[in-house]
Amino acid sequence: MDLSALGNCLISTSCLITQTTSGLIIGLLLFMVAAGVSLIFGVLKVVNFAHGTFYMLGAYFAYTAYQITDNYAVAVLAGGLGVAIFGLIFERLLISRVYGSPVLMQILVCYGVILILDDVVKLIWGPDFLSFGMPEAFRSLPIVFAGGVIPVFYLFLILVTLVIAALLGLLITRTRYGKIIRAAAVNPTMVSALGINTGVIYASVFVLGGLLAGLAGGLAAPVRSLTAGMGLAIVIESFIVTVIGGMGSVAGALVGSLLIGLVRSFGSIGFPLFTEGLMFLMMAVVLILKPSGLFGREGR
Amino acid sequence: MTNRNRPGVGRRSVLKGAAAATAVAGFPFVSRAENKPIKMGMVTIQSGRFAMIGSSSSKGALMEIDKFNAAGGLNGRKIELIIRDSKGKPEEAARLAREFANSDGCEVIFDADSSAAAFAIQEVAKETGALTIHMNSETSSLTADPKLHVPTAFRSARQGIHDSIAGGSYAGEIAKQKKLNKWMGCSPDYAYGRDSNNLFFKYLKRNHKDAEVIGETWPKLAQPDYTEQLTKILQTKPQALYSCFWGGDLTAFIDQSSIYNLFAQMDVFAINVADYAILTAIKNLPKGIHSGSRYLATFPKTKENADWSAAYRAKFNNEFPLNWSWENSVGAQFVIEALRKTNSTDPKKLAEALKGASIDTPFGVGGKITMRGDDHTIVNYATGWGQTIQKDPYVPDVKAVDWKVILELEDEWKKEMKYT
Repeated sequence: MDLSALGNCLISTSCLITQTTSGLIIGLLLFMVAAGVSLIFGVLKVVNFAHGTFYMLGAYFAYTAYQITDNYAVAVLAGGLGVAIFGLIFERLLISRVYGSPVLMQILVCYGVILILDDVVKLIWGPDFLSFGMPEAFRSLPIVFAGGVIPVFYLFLILVTLVIAALLGLLITRTRYGKIIRAAAVNPTMVSALGINTGVIYASVFVLGGLLAGLAGGLAAPVRSLTAGMGLAIVIESFIVTVIGGMGSVAGALVGSLLIGLVRSFGSIGFPLFTEGLMFLMMAVVLILKPSGLFGREGR
Repeated sequence: MTNRNRPGVGRRSVLKGAAAATAVAGFPFVSRAENKPIKMGMVTIQSGRFAMIGSSSSKGALMEIDKFNAAGGLNGRKIELIIRDSKGKPEEAARLAREFANSDGCEVIFDADSSAAAFAIQEVAKETGALTIHMNSETSSLTADPKLHVPTAFRSARQGIHDSIAGGSYAGEIAKQKKLNKWMGCSPDYAYGRDSNNLFFKYLKRNHKDAEVIGETWPKLAQPDYTEQLTKILQTKPQALYSCFWGGDLTAFIDQSSIYNLFAQMDVFAINVADYAILTAIKNLPKGIHSGSRYLATFPKTKENADWSAAYRAKFNNEFPLNWSWENSVGAQFVIEALRKTNSTDPKKLAEALKGASIDTPFGVGGKITMRGDDHTIVNYATGWGQTIQKDPYVPDVKAVDWKVILELEDEWKKEMKYT
């Protein structure tokens, strides 16, 4: 524990800027995956442990697209759209068969998919790690602002993920589709009774979750090692976010992700050996004070 | 009345017949035993972020095993290498090693896993008495600590203490020249990471008294994002950084460091960069990183080493050999030489033959590596440090470190640790 270092950081503009940017980038990339996990749980009551695998596939799809086109934007879109299609297939062929089943059954199905897809990735892309490489446009010196260091690539990622978060927020709160999703999360029987095809709604939620996770995989690929099993770490953190933010709440996922990002970033200065522990501590505190999560509805 | 002279079915005839039948039926049995393969079980990582350990380790071992089999094996008995995936989990590695020894009839266990698994496999070696070669673990205490000593277990990998002395000696010289006094460490948080970090700084300070460690940061093994560590390093503002990341962790760390322009702000000493898996994977390798020699076809700069590298690439689809490749090749070669010397697969006899044995190899100083008898670990392998450039040969000028210095300081370290 180094509280004096943390204190010094909090009163230094350069440290505040660098660490806040670092927290934002960790948090926003996590949000892209956690939002899907939260939506899927909120609407379908499915604990989708395979969501980290969606993120992994997004990174690999983007890698292949980048190899072919040498265009990062195309690569990210390929990651997102590829996983959206995969999400649809996954929901129709597998997950739709375990709706309403005990959680253990859902986890078993997801775990099976994780193992199979990790092996498929090894078969297609090989067992060794892959490095995406930084796109030419971002190979520049970081921006130094008030002494704080902000890499250009991270600035780009923060802007893109914030735009995606805003669009997602608008989709959920301001559109008819969003209203239906929120209604289906509260009372799917009533939604069905109103003549809305809930099967299509459920599948679309998986497509949306897949799109977000795939985009996250593609966006993060230039700074992450691509390897089979890379989704595991992010899915665990996504579930922590979902618990902190509240199941089914996109706003909760955003706040939870940013909290985790900032705790990790500033925690590494003040509590370098307890950064992981801080995340779980935060989750425990939220569970004690508000078991439904910061933005969750009581008794849902 | 019994006709004692009756031909055909007397006692003697029965015995003769039985002897003949045994002779006829027995020969194929003896022949089968002679041709029975010598099974060797390799526990390694074939999946996940560290899968290249498995692919390069098995290929390194096969370089020697295939040669041995092509030459007829041991009295017609060829080596069968069985490779299984521990998925990087120490408990799974121990289970596989136990299965090799107890159920699969393996006569030698090759531990080509991580350091975390090596300690678990050492326990299995102790329980089963199987000849065990640790081919990848570089954690010094595995063979240096007499409490962990197992008579039939050996290490064919480089050792952390040797590398740290070599690194500390090289870094000390650079630090003196460039007045690098403020240092930081950033290494993965497990046995090897801690061991390597602490020993590197110990020997750096020995060679450059003004060196001071002003901060350390310990990310998890296989952590996907190092942003929090990188920003901490930038805040601490050291003049130099030491790291022993390896594999996919190292490429991710370098890629993420590059966008913060970290390599221009400090001297980085990253011991595991000079290995082709890293050098060829990173699209924009920063120049000027100081690295230990893991495996380079140009170090030692000999024809034998260049030829071995070329043969490896020709055999394995143009893949580059890695550090694990030579370590496993050396381990397999030691076992093969012991098999030939003892004409036996008995673990105790093989262990006796391995103690103090020397082999001719391209990876040794002067073409020889020795398996030290007292602590069962290799010495005299080529080790040095140099700086990266962006193209092949990647680390053009490797400064070899003198083994006399390494052995002297290792002796001191063992005394300090109360290992001797």
